Amino acid sequence: MARLNRDQLLALARREITEISPQALQQRTAAGESFTLIDIRERDEFMLGHIPDAEFIPRGFLELQIEQAVFDRTAPVVIYCAGGVRSVLAARNLKEMGYENVYSLSGGFSGWVNAGYEFTVPTVLNDEQRIRYSRHTLLPELREAGQIKLLESKVLLIGAGGLGSPAAMYLAAAGVGTLGIVDFDDVDVSNLQRQLLHGTKDVGRPKVESAADRLHDINPDVNVVAYREPITSVNALDIIKDYDVVLNGSDNFPTRYLVNDACHFLGKPLVDASIFMFEGQVTVYQPAVPELGIEGGPCYRCLYPDPPPPGEVPSCAEAGVLGVLPGIVGSLQAVEAIKLLVGFGEPLVGRLLMIDTLDQSFRTLSIHRDPNCPLCGSQPTVTKLIDYEQFCGLPSNNGHEPVLAIG
Amino acid sequence: MATVYIPTHFRRLTGGQSKVTVDAADINSLLGALDEQYPGIAERLLDGDGEVKRFVNVFVNNDEIRTLQGMATPVGENDKISIVPAMAGGAVLRRRS
Repeated sequence: MARLNRDQLLALARREITEISPQALQQRTAAGESFTLIDIRERDEFMLGHIPDAEFIPRGFLELQIEQAVFDRTAPVVIYCAGGVRSVLAARNLKEMGYENVYSLSGGFSGWVNAGYEFTVPTVLNDEQRIRYSRHTLLPELREAGQIKLLESKVLLIGAGGLGSPAAMYLAAAGVGTLGIVDFDDVDVSNLQRQLLHGTKDVGRPKVESAADRLHDINPDVNVVAYREPITSVNALDIIKDYDVVLNGSDNFPTRYLVNDACHFLGKPLVDASIFMFEGQVTVYQPAVPELGIEGGPCYRCLYPDPPPPGEVPSCAEAGVLGVLPGIVGSLQAVEAIKLLVGFGEPLVGRLLMIDTLDQSFRTLSIHRDPNCPLCGSQPTVTKLIDYEQFCGLPSNNGHEPVLAIG
Repeated sequence: MATVYIPTHFRRLTGGQSKVTVDAADINSLLGALDEQYPGIAERLLDGDGEVKRFVNVFVNNDEIRTLQGMATPVGENDKISIVPAMAGGAVLRRRS
């Protein structure tokens, strides 16, 4: 076996792989070619700045993790390091693994910066966060970038009751940076059978207060914003506009129509769920947002154009609910929220998940946009928030009096 | 015989059964046969014009009948019919006076 010194090995590697200059990379990208950029430097180097959209895989893990980052062996891949030496050796190994279009960036990151091109200083997890979220960052669908997205995300929960409890706790544990909670109720003993945000010691306290305590205990990273007020036509748009995703855990029809309409007007995805006795329904209402290329799916009004007359559909307060049921359904809402925030998997858009805990069946039904929907159809008649109590045949309160309990 | 999934709201009309089987050629005759077997279901499901109420969806397998042929949607031997009414949750709301 030939003995090579460092320079001979580098010379050999350079003959076998193709180098690309920062200028050529920039021009070819501008011309529409797409390259996967892999930054193979050490973590402390990456943290000081990297080429935008580059994937971080330190040299020591490159061969072990490259297949998760680049599945297609024919896809063009550009490897870079600080000066263009380590990347030559790394690229040679990828070539040996069958990657056909591997380039090494000549001059590396320094060459890129010296050429005057843009770079990004990354937000990175601190040491405590790297341990706390390690089971997330191991998942190829999340990695560190996905976790950082969660930390920068804002989710609004309508209700800190049965559905809101597990959803809020899992979202807090997952590191969603801001959790807004709308609930004007106080904790009642009859809530404790299913609303795990609150404990026996919290009876009589405002739900948003005991929720904030519990969530901060789970994860001090999370900023909890409490709205101890009913959500109404007057405040809904103002409250919802700052959030990325809304989770509906409300327990009455007027609030369901209100939140649906407000999310539609603001283009916010709504993770909707409802429960009754042993049964649950979950779906995602994603409004169309053409500017962002989001086609959207059906809304609540596509599915249920009219509310049932009062009294026709019994409530949990009258008929009861298995305490574990909201635990399952609210957890599924949290899963959908995380998928939407990070952008992986298939959200439950256009699909209605039906859960029956009696025979433990999960069924998915297809739901479609209604072209005649009064809200999201081609000729909408609902163009602003309305009086939802009146719409549902209930005493009108003009959106001011807190007659609607959430739980 | 098609299998009909009965939502919790209606189970008191079916003696607590969550699934019942019905022999019918289309949704119209299926709901009629269902009401004969379990009186009261049609009243809960249909409006004055004999159409499915707007806060209830009826699915044949995965698809809602309004996207198929409505009440005339054919029903096959092994089809699964789901009745899905709107559910809200826990609050007791007072009727508009």
